Amino acid sequence: MANRLSRAATGVQEWFNDRAPSFGPFYRKHMTEYYAPKNFNIWYIFGVLSMVVLINQIVTGIFLTMYFKPSAAEAFASVEYIMRDVEWGWLIRYMHSTGASAFFVVVYIHMFRGVMYGSYKKPRELVWLLGMLIYLVLMAEAFMGYVLPWGQMSFWGAKVIISLFGAIPYVGGALTEWIMGDYLPSDTTLNRFFALHVIALPLVLLLLVVLHIFALHEVGSNNPDGVEIKKGPKGNRWSDKAPTDGIPFHPYFTVKDTFYTGCFLLICAFILFFEPTFGGLFLEHDNFIEANRLVTPEHIKPTWYYTPFYAMLRVIPNKLAGVMVMFGAIIVLFFLPWLDRGKVKSWRYRGAGFRIALFVLGICFVWLGKIGSGPGTDPAETIIGRVLTAAYFGFFIFLWVYTAFGFEKTKPVPERVTGHD
Amino acid sequence: MANDGVDKGRRRFLTATTAVVGGAGIAVAAIPFIKSWQPSARAKTSGAPVEADIGKLEMGQMVTFEWRGQPIWIIRRTQAQLDALPGQDSRLKDPKSTVEDQQPKFAQNEFRSIKPELLVLVGICTHLGCSPKMHAELKPEPFDPEWKGGFFCPCHKSRFDMAGRVYDGVPAPTNLVVPPYYFVDDTRIMIGVTEGAA
Repeated sequence: MANRLSRAATGVQEWFNDRAPSFGPFYRKHMTEYYAPKNFNIWYIFGVLSMVVLINQIVTGIFLTMYFKPSAAEAFASVEYIMRDVEWGWLIRYMHSTGASAFFVVVYIHMFRGVMYGSYKKPRELVWLLGMLIYLVLMAEAFMGYVLPWGQMSFWGAKVIISLFGAIPYVGGALTEWIMGDYLPSDTTLNRFFALHVIALPLVLLLLVVLHIFALHEVGSNNPDGVEIKKGPKGNRWSDKAPTDGIPFHPYFTVKDTFYTGCFLLICAFILFFEPTFGGLFLEHDNFIEANRLVTPEHIKPTWYYTPFYAMLRVIPNKLAGVMVMFGAIIVLFFLPWLDRGKVKSWRYRGAGFRIALFVLGICFVWLGKIGSGPGTDPAETIIGRVLTAAYFGFFIFLWVYTAFGFEKTKPVPERVTGHD
Repeated sequence: MANDGVDKGRRRFLTATTAVVGGAGIAVAAIPFIKSWQPSARAKTSGAPVEADIGKLEMGQMVTFEWRGQPIWIIRRTQAQLDALPGQDSRLKDPKSTVEDQQPKFAQNEFRSIKPELLVLVGICTHLGCSPKMHAELKPEPFDPEWKGGFFCPCHKSRFDMAGRVYDGVPAPTNLVVPPYYFVDDTRIMIGVTEGAA
């Protein structure tokens, strides 16, 4: 019996190998023979977690499209229909809306990890750039998704964000009309955002994720010590040519990632069941009121993951300058690999200046996020916001000066990764 | 692979022409898709002028009409509100309404209106398109201790006086827009078109 089964399995394998001989090597290259550094710590689970959330968004999104009506007249009611009448509809909808916030949580941590350990540095600049593109597409995707329920915040958020493009000299007005297909966010706008949100941008996102991973697997993963394991000694239990400090991604890291995915999903489930709107942070209260184009909500604010940039827009008194600073705050991240001239990757061995600056950057980001989600009436907060905005950009200027002119006093980097035998 | 007998000139010509014709084809084929995003014929025709009946509008009150999906405010200003206007000039960005696109010629005056007491405005902030709220009373407000009545935008805290003129030091770049309008008779205003233009 067992003999027959194993012969059948071998037969199937041979059948595939004859017809698609590249499948096996492809699988081995990316799974069982992808050697990742053995000193990965908990910071290294967030890439996998963002994939988990992406899959969650795709699956729940597919089910939402089965009930959602992408028209200004029906959208709001169809979302309420999902929430109240569709069996388990509330769960699927909250999985999607809470999933969006979870996506940004893991992506922000993933990005911060990259800066901590210098994962954007040579030879991983392309990995960083592709990751930044993913982040950009993700922001567009989340924005359009937020418009779809056609609540008050959907409508007014769309109006504010689209009118940002109106600040561009000469073409701004025509551009905003082109984006909306009308003179204000309307049925047409909602309908096209639906198309972009469920088809166009997810396709782009998936393609970018695949490229991000391929680019990573070409150069290999960085690690908390910022040591290139490929430049270290060769030979481990699995291969003579593989880096000694690397272990196969499968099964070692797949098991580790699965364990942490369980922990992560547990936290997500807790939020999902007990606080799905997270006190108005994940889904704002005003978005449970249908869009009314003649009444502005008291207090328009985007969801939390945009608020740091929104705060920058708000504290700058000139419209065009505000928009430029806001987009500039994202664009500048693309240039990080070339602004940072330091040779040492991980903050473990970098100068104190870098560690302090990164800490300040983190504070600026969180504090700006808080200002951006507040009412913004306090004049003192405007001043603080300007200081924090200056400090945010100051990080990048400081980093360049600090590393390009040899001010950084680094510690010796070990030859091999530490912490594991 | 032998490269003997390859006509390089022919190969280069074919490559170049294919690339050029293909590129032009893609560019031209993109036009319909890009243009399809423009406001449709239906969206354009729904922008016709609107008649507003203000016979019942009391002193100090505001009434909102809708034109092209935008809120149009009509406010009957009190004498106290009108008297406070000249005093605000030094605190404003553009007290004389010099930015031409923000109002028709007939409203480029001190009150930004045809009849001094009747103010007609597009109720959309010139910053990012929120709808400001009227705080008509001449009393200190949390956002301005010297408030003399006007409009306050809840989104980004832009302030405008009772003629829709923008204050200095707020994000909105220009005064609120005065739409084209004319008086059909004493109690009716046609919004969206100037007199004789229709």
